[in-house]
Amino acid sequence: MREAFDRELEQLKNEVATMGMYCERAIDLVSESLLEANMAKAQDMPELSLEITHKEREIESICLRLLLKQQPVASDLRLVSASLKMVTDLERIGDQSEDVAEIIRVDKFFYTGQDIPLRRMAEAVRKMVSESLDAFAKRDIQLAQSVIKYDDIVDNYFEDVKRLIVEKIKAQDCDGEYLLTLLMVCKYFERIADHASNVARWAEFAVTGVREGE
Amino acid sequence: MDTKTIIDVEKLNLWYGDHHALKDISMKIPANRITALIGPSGCGKSTFLRTINRMNDLVEGVKITGSIRYKGEDIYAPNVDVNNVRKNIGMVFQKANLFPMSIFDNIAYGPRTHGITNKAKLNEIVERSLKDAAIWDEVKDRLKDNALGFSGGQQQRLCIARTLAVQPDIVLMDESTSALDPISTGKIEDLCTRLKEKYTVIMVTHNMQQAVRISDYCAFFLLGDLVEFGTGEQIFSNPQNPKTEAYVTGRFG
Repeated sequence: MREAFDRELEQLKNEVATMGMYCERAIDLVSESLLEANMAKAQDMPELSLEITHKEREIESICLRLLLKQQPVASDLRLVSASLKMVTDLERIGDQSEDVAEIIRVDKFFYTGQDIPLRRMAEAVRKMVSESLDAFAKRDIQLAQSVIKYDDIVDNYFEDVKRLIVEKIKAQDCDGEYLLTLLMVCKYFERIADHASNVARWAEFAVTGVREGE
Repeated sequence: MDTKTIIDVEKLNLWYGDHHALKDISMKIPANRITALIGPSGCGKSTFLRTINRMNDLVEGVKITGSIRYKGEDIYAPNVDVNNVRKNIGMVFQKANLFPMSIFDNIAYGPRTHGITNKAKLNEIVERSLKDAAIWDEVKDRLKDNALGFSGGQQQRLCIARTLAVQPDIVLMDESTSALDPISTGKIEDLCTRLKEKYTVIMVTHNMQQAVRISDYCAFFLLGDLVEFGTGEQIFSNPQNPKTEAYVTGRFG
């Protein structure tokens, strides 16, 4: 029954997983570059960002072809529509990783302090992206919900970062330009966490058919 | 999508001899909505449709228990006038079945059998019915032409007009577009969407996309059971029963 259709759906899931893997790699590259002062890793980002964009187009084409030729309904429709929405968030994760990499490349910005929770924030964001993709692949509603909840932890990290930076500015403790760039970098991580949270919401929708607020 | 019930089916069972074709069907069909009945061949959906205007009465060996209430009255009650049931609940079949006579006489046939002979009144009914069936503009200058000379899609809309001529509340449609090309099908789907302003439409269809496009409510039948009944959107986006999911996604069997 509908073997060709099932094969195409499987291909769609694999492509989303591949795109997700690229996004995880992007976060790893910028985190390691920032935290280990490794310029080479930031220089790998533009190519990876381009690959993520290409993968988004590829997945969109698969989804549009499936909608046109197979006219999916029920769980198939939810899978296709969730994929179509998720790739937009994944593409933004790629873009925002590249934005951080550009800051590293252009400003030669590396994280040098110990007192700002950037490492923990980067790890939390990486965890959210990985788990949101796992939730989609494994149709795991609980995991999706835990990712959505985890966004609060990243938001709290960002609030901590803001507070610490304000304290440092007040104490004239550090280079102002460095602190502002650090704030921007942390904001990018916070936005990536929001996108991971959206991915988790679509993963949940693919299983339940219920969107947030319905 | 709250609306009042026009047909209330309760514990309906139907046997053709030993064959138990409908099993304990209970559902409330809303007025002024399109309800699609779907399911694989032999699931009982056409049998169910025909019970709504007592078409199965004519089948030898049929036995029916339970009730179908139309506006609160059981249509299977002993004193019910079957002709009156079929006047209120009309039916359009898979293939157009016009009489070999003029368009006017086809449309006026029902009202005449119900005793209307006044020419002006018949003219008015024919025009209203053809307008309601969205075919007036195409045939208004050819009312005396033989109805069988029109295309399949036009004939099917003339059948709908003939059904509407006796001013039913409900129009039953049994795969009424299955023999038509996509343009004619589209016209009848548009027509159904307009008809629900005045009438209740209950249709059997094998065309899933048609059910997705136009049904407000949808019932899935399988082996004589009503498996799931819900809004069309719910059945096709988030069915609750795995059997419905398997059927609508084409993975049944």
